[in-house]
Amino acid sequence: MLEIKNLHVEVEGTEILKGVNLNIKAGEVHAIMGPNGSGKSTLAQVISGRDVYDVTNGEISYLGKDLLDMEPDERAREGVFMAFQYPVEIPGVTNSYFLKTGLNEIRKHHGLETLDAADFLKFIKEKAKLLDIEPDMLNRSVNEGFSGGEKKRNEILQMAVLEPKLAIMDETDSGLDIDALRIVADGVNRLRNEDRAIIIVTHYQRLLNYIVPDYIHILLNGKIVKSGDKQLAFELEEKGYDQIKADYSSIKTKLEETV
Amino acid sequence: MGNILERDQQQAEISSEEVEKKIHKAKKKVTEKDTLEALGNREYKWGFFTDIEQEYASPGLNEDVVRFISMKKKEPEWMLEWRLKAFRNWQKMTEPTWVNVEYPPIDYQSQRYYAAPKSKEDGPKSLDEVDPELLRTYEKLGIPLEEQKILSGVAVDAVFDSVSVATTFKEKLAEYGIIFCSMSEAVHNHPDLVKKYLGSIVPYNDNYFAALNSAVFSDGSFVYVPKGVRCPMELSTYFRINSENTGQFERTLIVAEEGAYVSYLEGCTAPKRDTHQLHAAVVELIALDDAQIKYSTVQNWYPGDKDGKGGIYNFVTKRGKCAGVNSKISWTQVETGSAITWKYPSVILQGDNSVGEFYSVALTMNHQQADTGTKMVHLGKNTKSTIVAKGIAGGVSQNSYRGLVKVMKNAENARNFSQCDSLLLGDRCGAHTFPYIEVKNTSSQVEHEATTSKIGEDQIFYCNQRGISTEDAVSIIVNGFAKEVFKELPMEFAVEAQKLLGVSLEGSVG
Ligand SMILES: Nc1ncnc2c1ncn2[C@@H]1O[C@H](COP(=O)(O)OP(=O)(O)OP(=O)(O)O)[C@@H](O)[C@H]1O
Ligand SMILES: [Mg+2]
Repeated sequence: MLEIKNLHVEVEGTEILKGVNLNIKAGEVHAIMGPNGSGKSTLAQVISGRDVYDVTNGEISYLGKDLLDMEPDERAREGVFMAFQYPVEIPGVTNSYFLKTGLNEIRKHHGLETLDAADFLKFIKEKAKLLDIEPDMLNRSVNEGFSGGEKKRNEILQMAVLEPKLAIMDETDSGLDIDALRIVADGVNRLRNEDRAIIIVTHYQRLLNYIVPDYIHILLNGKIVKSGDKQLAFELEEKGYDQIKADYSSIKTKLEETV
Repeated sequence: MGNILERDQQQAEISSEEVEKKIHKAKKKVTEKDTLEALGNREYKWGFFTDIEQEYASPGLNEDVVRFISMKKKEPEWMLEWRLKAFRNWQKMTEPTWVNVEYPPIDYQSQRYYAAPKSKEDGPKSLDEVDPELLRTYEKLGIPLEEQKILSGVAVDAVFDSVSVATTFKEKLAEYGIIFCSMSEAVHNHPDLVKKYLGSIVPYNDNYFAALNSAVFSDGSFVYVPKGVRCPMELSTYFRINSENTGQFERTLIVAEEGAYVSYLEGCTAPKRDTHQLHAAVVELIALDDAQIKYSTVQNWYPGDKDGKGGIYNFVTKRGKCAGVNSKISWTQVETGSAITWKYPSVILQGDNSVGEFYSVALTMNHQQADTGTKMVHLGKNTKSTIVAKGIAGGVSQNSYRGLVKVMKNAENARNFSQCDSLLLGDRCGAHTFPYIEVKNTSSQVEHEATTSKIGEDQIFYCNQRGISTEDAVSIIVNGFAKEVFKELPMEFAVEAQKLLGVSLEGSVG
């Protein structure tokens, strides 16, 4: 579904991603872990098409298409979704109007009929209930005055409504209390199926107890330095990044010596 | 998931294909920036011209022209005298220069001051006598004049260049004792009311443009709601400029007697032309004890093209007086058109406990310039005023808020709250606020808040990421920004106003 090859990304002249390779098939759940500033959000944003990042090398193919050639809204309509690490506030625009507009754009794109206000309201209310979101939050301005946890839950509500093919969750678990974490994880697990791939960016093994990933990758200084199964998260929890950093630099040194 | 050793061996060489991709991406960035500007280049849908036989005054302005207009309207002597007094005053006045707008000097002698569709001697008595071409024009503008087609609950006075061509629901309103007619008709049929109130709020020598208007005003609406009557429908006037090189100078007067209530709406459009046209209107509102007047405007005069060619010069004096205790006057305006807007709908809060409100959205794109705001003058005790002004600027436009809050000596416990927010849609436009506060009573409380923000790249991206195009994202964000004002508009108008800001409306209201 998603193939990232040798992805190099710069921001304002500084290289942040330094050759990322990643291959994700439909139905899989991948977790990406890594220390602060290692480039996890950058990767998520580049996949969703944020244009402050310059792709200087490499390619991304999504469902056989050149993803980098698509506008961000086009990508969204083709099923790419990102739950933001820092959801954005849009004053004066109700949450439900915003989401209805997005959903209808996506539906139009796929030749489906658009939902009117009444149908949409029914639809979204059900989804909100499953995520334990109060109905009045739907009538509030997008993310404005939402608590940290509410913002994150709201992202997952959007994901549930838009039913993406590829969902990227950027630290959705940070800021959630224990109950909310379980509710959100249940919500995500309900969305798990063989047509959908999910990328989870997280710092904590805890979330991965609820949403069990097929693969875990460790992003360090702009590169994926280690990949493994769910055990890797435990290892990480135990040893921290220092061990991995040490391992990695010794391999790198050896490599440089042999070249 | 290969191993890291292999990956490190990959060469970071950039192929020519990649270079092309980069260029492509760079191009894309430019296009996205342009989308913001493209918003300003949307078609002006109301820019057509109605080819109809018209009668004109010859260009130029002198006493003969004033007399000609008065004669055309078969006015009584007192009206002509008033006009001439205004004209003589105007000749001695100079155009204001304190406004934050720039334009080449206006040649007042090259304009026409009267244009009217030719019709039978006395003008149409009923809709059947109105030229079908005119009815079609209004239909095309979305304002059908046949009563059965009109949105229920809205009566319309249609002003075409210098004359009112039709007023609907007159009979029905008359049952309530409400007078809703053109100004010309009011001069004939209700001279006592006109004499009593015309110029009582905006005197003929109030300012340069008001004096000009007083001399050559052509038509406009007159509304009188008697004591204790709540007007059962929205009243509206739709102003249309059609002829070339012709100014429109309408005059509107609304009187609400004790305990009366009326909501009045005003809309305006004009054909696209390369030359500038002048529009100088005067609106006067009077609210007696416990009366309420709600006045809403959606101003959509032709703004000129993207290079600043053509467009209406809109110089308007609007003022209301809360003459009675507990009275209330509310101005709501959505200003999206005109090359230049100069307009400060104001309220004189004379009656104790009276309330004045001003809600405004001013959108300027391309080369548009707006200098708009309000004056709230507190004279009575416990008077309250609220100002919410939202300015949105794109292109190379200039958008200024100018407001005065004046609390006089006897205005015990007067309260004002002002909020002025500006939203910038690019780097080349300007937003400015000029708040003036004069307080002569220590028990009063005046609060002013102001913010300026740029439309956020992060907001647009957030919308994009949910499938919404950049253009739609901008209008959604802009509409959200203006929402506080839109919610003050009557339903039909809110819909119209949101459309003007480019949003797709389906279901967004209610
Ligand atoms: N828009 C930007 N402008 C400048 N620097 C940026 C920008 N975005 C990211 N960076 C820099 O790129 C690096 C990687 O940032 P990124 O947000 O991808 O890290 P992260 O792995 O998501 O970190 P965290 O775990 O703290 O969320 C950081 O050093 C950051 O400061
Ligand atoms: Mg991050």
